[in-house]
Amino acid sequence: MADTAFRRVSFVFGVLIVALVALMVYEMAQQSSLSMRTFGPAFLTSTTWDPQHRAFGALPFIYGTVVSSVLALVIATPISLGVAIFLVEMSPNWLGNVISAVVELLAAIPSVLLGLWGIFVMVPFLQRYVEPALQTAFPGVPLFDGAPYGVGLLAAGLILAIMIVPTIVAISRDVMASVPIAQREGMLALGATKWETTRRAVLPYARSGIVGAMVLGLGRALGETMAVTMVIGNRPVISPSLLDPSYTMASVIANEFTEATYELYVSALIEIGLVLFAVTILMNAAARLLVARTARGMPVAP
Amino acid sequence: MQRALVLRRTRSITRRLIVDRAMATLFALATVIAVAPLVLVVAYIVVNGVRGIDLDLVTKLPAPVGEAGGGMANAFVGSAILIAIASAVALPVGILAGVYLSEFGRGRFAATLRFLTDVLTGIPSIVVGIVAYTLVVVPFRSFSALSGGLALSIIMIPTVTRTTEEALKRVPTTIREASLALGVHEWKTVLRIVIPTGLGGIVTGVMLAIARISGETAPLLFTAFGSSFWGEGPLKPIAAVPLQIFQYAISPYKEWHDQAWAAALVLMLFVLVLNVGIRSVTRTGFQSRGV
Repeated sequence: MADTAFRRVSFVFGVLIVALVALMVYEMAQQSSLSMRTFGPAFLTSTTWDPQHRAFGALPFIYGTVVSSVLALVIATPISLGVAIFLVEMSPNWLGNVISAVVELLAAIPSVLLGLWGIFVMVPFLQRYVEPALQTAFPGVPLFDGAPYGVGLLAAGLILAIMIVPTIVAISRDVMASVPIAQREGMLALGATKWETTRRAVLPYARSGIVGAMVLGLGRALGETMAVTMVIGNRPVISPSLLDPSYTMASVIANEFTEATYELYVSALIEIGLVLFAVTILMNAAARLLVARTARGMPVAP
Repeated sequence: MQRALVLRRTRSITRRLIVDRAMATLFALATVIAVAPLVLVVAYIVVNGVRGIDLDLVTKLPAPVGEAGGGMANAFVGSAILIAIASAVALPVGILAGVYLSEFGRGRFAATLRFLTDVLTGIPSIVVGIVAYTLVVVPFRSFSALSGGLALSIIMIPTVTRTTEEALKRVPTTIREASLALGVHEWKTVLRIVIPTGLGGIVTGVMLAIARISGETAPLLFTAFGSSFWGEGPLKPIAAVPLQIFQYAISPYKEWHDQAWAAALVLMLFVLVLNVGIRSVTRTGFQSRGV
């Protein structure tokens, strides 16, 4: 009797979590329905965000989110893979443990602290040195056009790259470590160098797991709020230049939610949140499938 | 002919070794680049924060704009209250759900539950803030400590659930069997034998979850909201350290910037000490813990 009761109680708490996720989806859908009815699918393609005239289009935010996150992924992936290969294939154990620990500590630093550092250290540095240098190196290239403000897509991409490196490192390290050792020994026995072994015997096996790690990192970048809000400049414009200020979906919610004075405004912001919610769930699911395919039964880092 | 072949092979092995060495250097370089931000961020926060650390920071209320002095004692108290509320909600739910997954979690429902806890970990914290806003702030018509605590608890739950599950799964089956063989009920076995044995792992998970939520800012923006005064009860807005850091950092005042750095130093030390401390006492720490 007591056993069944105990099972049931613990089961109920499990159900509670399922219910919580369902409730979150329901609430978001419910609260954004006004905006969905008013604007329809055009909400996602309209470029005008003008609360004073009740015009809401999310495209500038979608653009800013996608560009800054993809930029972060482009910067973070090669570095992270380098670290993972170094950890798994090259470094002695003790050093590997120390470096893993340090990289994981980086993941533990709150986003707002990275943002603080971003505003007062990284942004001025970008403005004074990096951005003028980019403009001299690539004169007239639209990617680096405009005045060097410091804040903007480039700054956001860099801060996000710092934040997703630990995620990509941790997962691709685990995935590579799960490649059977015999695989490497066979290749080394044939006279291959270490790098050739890594490239032909390890990486192909870890490929889908590495892609999963990238997707998970991208998902994390898309939803990241504070650090980005502090360095991206918060201007809802679509500009091809990485040096121009931009705005992300998460930051517009962060900045305008408490200022949203009427129902439609709040509803539009929640709809942006819903889109973000849906996209991150999809990316998580996809990433987990990819990682699981490489290493069945291996615990996947959240 | 023979000679040429040998020569080509010689050249190619040299080249292969050079490439090998070059790649090794690149990977080591990547590692340095990945570690550099941590060093830079920590160094800047220590250097800039140390100046502002004094007793006022943790004992006084914020001074009016433009006036020197003052502190953010209310934010430290507020953060403690928010963490307490979040833990009060998340610990029972997370631990019991973890017990369910580890002890009885087979089949479809358990797989769904595992998947959803993973999903929950991946949801952007700002979205969690929106949900807490619609669930608590809207019905009570006020930003509140309660809504902030609830938002943080939603972030805590999946971490606590999964670490509890993992910790309990590491408890050897033989211990359970020994207890059951002695005629002890299953529920008593779990409560008196399994959970105490896995307690270290559970505590680790809880501390890591606390470290994580203590720095969360985004879900508090429109739930706890922040305040310049002491908390006025669970249904009123309340200050929090990360919120205060954010608001001070984007303000135009030099004194506030200094206080933001000082508070950042305190927060960073808290988070790092929790992480390093916890992980150094648990053997599994760095190998399998998620990011």
